[in-house]
Amino acid sequence: MDEPTLRKTVFDTLRRIAPEVTPADLEPAVPLRDQVDLDSMDWLNFLIALHDKLGVDIPESDYQKLVTLDDVMGYLKARCG
Amino acid sequence: MKITYREALRQAMHEALAADSRVFLMGEDVGKYGGSYAVSKGFLAEFGPERIRDAPLSELGFVGTAIGAALGGMRPIVEIMTVNFSLLALDQIVNTAAVYRHMSGGQFSVPVVVRMATGGGRQLAAQHSHSLENWYAHVPGITVLAPATVDDARGMLRAALADPDPVVIFEHAMLYPMEGELSPDWEKADLRTAKILRAGRDVTLIAYGGTVWKAQEAARQLAAEGIEAEVLDLRVLRPLDDATIMASVGRTRRAVIVDEGWRTGSLAGEIMARIMEQAFYELDAPVARVCSAEVPIPYAKHMEGAALPQAPAVVAAVRQLLAKA
Amino acid sequence: MIEFRLPSLGAEMEDGTLLEWCVKPGDRVKKGDVVAVVDTSKSAIDVEIWQEGTVDELVLKPGDKVPVGTVMIRLREAGEAGAPAATKPAAAPTPAATAPARPAVAAARTPTAAPPAPEAVIPVASAGGRQRASPSARALAHELDIDLATVAGTGPHGVITREDVEKVAAARKATTAAPGSMATTKPDGVKSSGPGSAGQARAATPVERSLSMRSAIAAAMARSKREIPHYYLATEVPMQRITRWLAARNAGKPITERVLMAAPLIKAVALALRKFPELNGYYQNGGFVAGEGIHIGVAISLRQGGLIAPAIRDVADTDLDELMRRLANLVSRARALSLRSSEMTDATITVTNLGDQGVELVQGVIYPPQVALVGFGKVTDRVRAVDDGAIAVMPAVTVSLAADHRASDGHRGALFLAEIARLLQSPESLDGAADTIVK
Repeated sequence: MDEPTLRKTVFDTLRRIAPEVTPADLEPAVPLRDQVDLDSMDWLNFLIALHDKLGVDIPESDYQKLVTLDDVMGYLKARCG
Repeated sequence: MKITYREALRQAMHEALAADSRVFLMGEDVGKYGGSYAVSKGFLAEFGPERIRDAPLSELGFVGTAIGAALGGMRPIVEIMTVNFSLLALDQIVNTAAVYRHMSGGQFSVPVVVRMATGGGRQLAAQHSHSLENWYAHVPGITVLAPATVDDARGMLRAALADPDPVVIFEHAMLYPMEGELSPDWEKADLRTAKILRAGRDVTLIAYGGTVWKAQEAARQLAAEGIEAEVLDLRVLRPLDDATIMASVGRTRRAVIVDEGWRTGSLAGEIMARIMEQAFYELDAPVARVCSAEVPIPYAKHMEGAALPQAPAVVAAVRQLLAKA
Repeated sequence: MIEFRLPSLGAEMEDGTLLEWCVKPGDRVKKGDVVAVVDTSKSAIDVEIWQEGTVDELVLKPGDKVPVGTVMIRLREAGEAGAPAATKPAAAPTPAATAPARPAVAAARTPTAAPPAPEAVIPVASAGGRQRASPSARALAHELDIDLATVAGTGPHGVITREDVEKVAAARKATTAAPGSMATTKPDGVKSSGPGSAGQARAATPVERSLSMRSAIAAAMARSKREIPHYYLATEVPMQRITRWLAARNAGKPITERVLMAAPLIKAVALALRKFPELNGYYQNGGFVAGEGIHIGVAISLRQGGLIAPAIRDVADTDLDELMRRLANLVSRARALSLRSSEMTDATITVTNLGDQGVELVQGVIYPPQVALVGFGKVTDRVRAVDDGAIAVMPAVTVSLAADHRASDGHRGALFLAEIARLLQSPESLDGAADTIVK
């Protein structure tokens, strides 16, 4: 999956949970949950949706690696090529 | 104990005459004739001509004399045959008795009691049948009473004589032969409060003197239709007991005033105004009144009956207020 | 004639907007038939009728927004003739047009006549198109925030009386789950359909929904602070063991089966409530009524603003995995605004977990008629004294209780929090269904 497609998938997933988000306004290096009002249930649903679409398994121990949009993109890119 | 209204008045005066030597009775035909409504029958023989004084046909003269006697320390009771005739004494009552305390800077008071008959229903025609209580209730400086029950007929005179200022008592001519149960409470009669004679939740019938019994009759008829009317006997026409009136109207949210006076400028109008001022937001309907037709009271029996407030008119007014017409 | 009134279709429902009629005049209906679709602050709902008869009149038109208790349909019972005119207020009777002095004279011409028509009640001047209501009715309607346009008048000439307003208030009170709350129809955010418009009814927009939810929350919370004497307690609970335990429990599981900390927190509250029934239930009609089960309302904030606290039933008897599934399902349905009415009314206590927002302490407002609210703050690393007099850094959470002092006292509230703390420190006890738990 190329990066633009992956980026679109991540944004689409995010917007299903937080419809008010404008992707262009998100700072890639600022913690995502600080920019978008996501509680732990939202965050879990976000990861579950990514898991369902991309087939990537995300162990709970890796949650702390996923903080910013850059983190998420990097993590997913490394696992779904 | 059953007693007539006339007997209750007689006992009250008898008690006063026996108890206080300053008390005397003066008026037209009160002595030899025993009073035009026979209230003072036998008094002349018992108390003598000094204290039971037949007066010449001059209301201005004998009311003025009584006021002078009161100023001099006596406790006169004056009887005037009807309120119509009392207009001849209006100057003495309004311009003298009512204002002397004020004019003398508090040095003199006028402890006179003026009793008079009022009202129609006895085919005495337009010069003997009117209800002019509102004329007196208009005037500051006097207390105006309208005993409707045997309790008040028996009890009010004592309180009136004890009052240091002039008191006018209206006795409805139709009530003299009325019989009633004298309750032990008669001695508590005061000169300030109205009284609920019958409790009800749907409408307050406000009445005084003779119309109290028209209101009671209307309440009985309404009860048969499931409408519970409260009957409020004003008792005192000046000063009006606003608190009791507003409390009752606040409960029932509707009021019909039954007043034998003519509508225009009536006491009923005054009470309506006070309800409007003090209980407007409690009301569920415009305040209504049943008054005498604005004609001189007719002589013919059926016409007189039609001109005076009657129970069916009160019932009809209540039905209209409750949308049950 | 039967009057079918708009029923309450959920706890906070104060009013509804008629979207469409499913019946027309002349139709026969029986209990259970869907007669209309009504939009509430939550969703569009099929309204069933519970009476039987023939539709005589559809009182509302699509687009009308009316309070609960408003007459929607007039039904004829079997054998009752249609009488459309009878449902209208009778025309004002012509007042006797006699001059004041006339009645006696008129009566005199017919000696046997009854007393003349009374002039006791003078015809009132026209209200100029305004809805006529008595002063007392107006004052009461103002006090209760009831729109007089929704009240049917039974007084003379159709005037609204105090009793008419009291009836509407009583109907609303009886059908609204928040009894003391009198907040009702707020000025429409968007006027639904004015007279003469085509009456295109539609479901509420998000903006309208959020406005009406705001007013429902306002009513419930204002009532809570007005009526409930709250007391507040809080305690700090070490979360070291449970954090590790939950991580280990989740470690081997696919992401869809992992359990969030919220589930054991809710479970701990439910188990503790078994020993403190006075915190689980309602304060109603001057007394406490214990809940029939332990149904925990979970405060869920909505993305568009507002808050709902739908219930998970019988939490104490539910194992942790099932509880997590039900919680996830509830949150997603709450955010999609597709809750069932029972979920809106069943909660016997509320749990709020504001820790996700980073705060440490919640001092909650009880949701009436419940008697308690448990709050969890953020799990953070804190410095704590440990057994041997040393200090240690460990994760901890502050759990708080807001409780109704009419139903319970601080001493019992403190013991309740201590019980929650004890359960959270022995996480295994939270895992199974209740009957497998060893105390």
